Amino acid sequence: MEILKRVHAKNLVKWAKKKPDVLVLSADLTSSCEADAFRDTYPDRFFSMGIAEQNMLGFAGGLAREGFVPYVHTFAVFIYRRALDQIAMSVAYPNLPVKMIGFLPGVTTPGGATHQAIEDTAIMRSLPNMTVLEVGDATEVENVLDVAYKIPGPVYVRMLRGELPRIFDTPMEFKKARKLSSGKDLVIVSAGICTEEVLRTTKILKKNGIEASIYHISTLKPFEYPELMKDIKNSKYGVITMENHSIIGGLGSCVAECMADEGIGKKLYRVGINDSFLHGASRPYLMKEYGIDAPALLATVEKAAGKKIKYSEDDLGEVFIPALHSDAKAEAL
Amino acid sequence: MYKFDKKWEKEVLSIADGIRMRVFQFTVEQNGGYLSQACSASEIFAAMYHGLMKLPKIKTPLMPDPWQGAPGPGNPIHTGIKFNSDGKEGYDRFIMSPAQYALVVYAALIETGRMDEAGMDAYNKDGGSVEMIGAEHSPGMEVTTGSLGQGISQAAGIAMGMKLKGKKGKVFTFLSDGECQSGEFWEALQASSFHHLDNMIMIVDRNGCQCDGLMKPVMNIEPFDERFRSFGCECVRIKGHKPLLLAEALNTPHRGKPLAVILDTSPYHGLSFLKERAPKFHYVRFTDPKQREAYRKIYDKMVKEG
Repeated sequence: MEILKRVHAKNLVKWAKKKPDVLVLSADLTSSCEADAFRDTYPDRFFSMGIAEQNMLGFAGGLAREGFVPYVHTFAVFIYRRALDQIAMSVAYPNLPVKMIGFLPGVTTPGGATHQAIEDTAIMRSLPNMTVLEVGDATEVENVLDVAYKIPGPVYVRMLRGELPRIFDTPMEFKKARKLSSGKDLVIVSAGICTEEVLRTTKILKKNGIEASIYHISTLKPFEYPELMKDIKNSKYGVITMENHSIIGGLGSCVAECMADEGIGKKLYRVGINDSFLHGASRPYLMKEYGIDAPALLATVEKAAGKKIKYSEDDLGEVFIPALHSDAKAEAL
Repeated sequence: MYKFDKKWEKEVLSIADGIRMRVFQFTVEQNGGYLSQACSASEIFAAMYHGLMKLPKIKTPLMPDPWQGAPGPGNPIHTGIKFNSDGKEGYDRFIMSPAQYALVVYAALIETGRMDEAGMDAYNKDGGSVEMIGAEHSPGMEVTTGSLGQGISQAAGIAMGMKLKGKKGKVFTFLSDGECQSGEFWEALQASSFHHLDNMIMIVDRNGCQCDGLMKPVMNIEPFDERFRSFGCECVRIKGHKPLLLAEALNTPHRGKPLAVILDTSPYHGLSFLKERAPKFHYVRFTDPKQREAYRKIYDKMVKEG
């Protein structure tokens, strides 16, 4: 697996070069959100807003009304938890093209409950006019800026930073799921960093005679996937959703809502953070502890299929664990 | 330079009386309303719409649009900007932060010939845009601000956007003192002075009231002018209800800084009988039909006496 460093930092500079309408706003987390290279390259298009997110979101709304496309950079929690009313009234209501780039989704930070965005998809997707995107690898980190840019309204992005694997060799597309494999037994749907975990289990599933249709979702809202619904309908064991987010209101809920709308009477298993806050610890620890890693998925497959899945640790595919301290990150958080 | 004389001030005071009476009339008719806001701010809106803001002339007073639906895919933003600058280059912008003052703005638009009087038939009516607590689709309003404290950040963003595009014109933001208790307000001051937004003009109606009563016992913000200055703004504090003082205050040099003008106003200016409601002035509601009738009589008497 190819591992890349500071993908967003480099890409943002390159991508924004010929887009004078693109501005970057930052709330004192400029290098932590990999916006430092943009700041240094285009100082006239970078605005330091201080630790003051409510004003930053309203300010971004004002800039958008004047024809600019502000890319707000900070940690995800500080966007939707600190400035929700401002997002709703100063940005979402007027359907303004403010792009909110939220870093550190779920377990991707050891910063504890204060820094871990575990219910952001639930909250942001309930806002009218809001589009919600989530990236799962370096390729999607590179593509998401342009996908968001082409959407005429506000966009919230669950973003990744630091050292990232490149999983996909085709670009991310708006409202398009990636179908990674086909099978009649089971459907597995994942988003963000969880897709990496799903891919670690594919060989084991095959060995155990389970044919799965696997989907990776990067557009969480709007959530319109007819082929996915058809596969769920035709599946033997139903569907497992897997997400780096609370099981309430995220990917699992999106799938549940669509299944109910379509009248699909299949079992749905939601693998995610089980209605709990997390605490400060490493990503592998949190994924294991809160049950969103490959073994947790396999345990759920067992439940769905009603049979034991045989595997050893060695059978699990390669896992990439970014170092806690590395030159790809400004800080350990 | 703002150059105005006694004659202009007289005109403004006459417009202000008209605004106050219109709001009084609607309050009686609607069985309640934001009347003390008209008392404290009528002179401010009258002065702003009668020359302090640079706005294009409107030949025939405009009619408000019906409700066009919330903005969204396929439904672009509809704002009340056509009653102000209509987005034309070289003119000032107007951000009305406390949307609870909407009725005062509507009355000001009528009294200054920008809105057709008949437009008020839609006031507080289902399916209309002339809403009780206005939003960006309402006449004279350009952004959505009923959630207090949000107007100034949006105004600052617009001011920055105008600077980046080299657009002339100022962004006038009308604020009420109560909303300045919010954290976002101080964040916005901090950012506006840090980014040198000297095209930002804040006009603050310091009537000292909020929903729970007088501000001092609810949450004091004094010394308000000193706080403005300590956040990097130029600030002038003047007596309210004196239009020439406001015009003079706008001539205060504020190079590289936003300018704030605080007007110490009275929540019952021009309607002294409201004083009995102290300390609650936020919304005038009638406790019984008798009281409403008494107000109606005062209104009729005032109209008769001109």
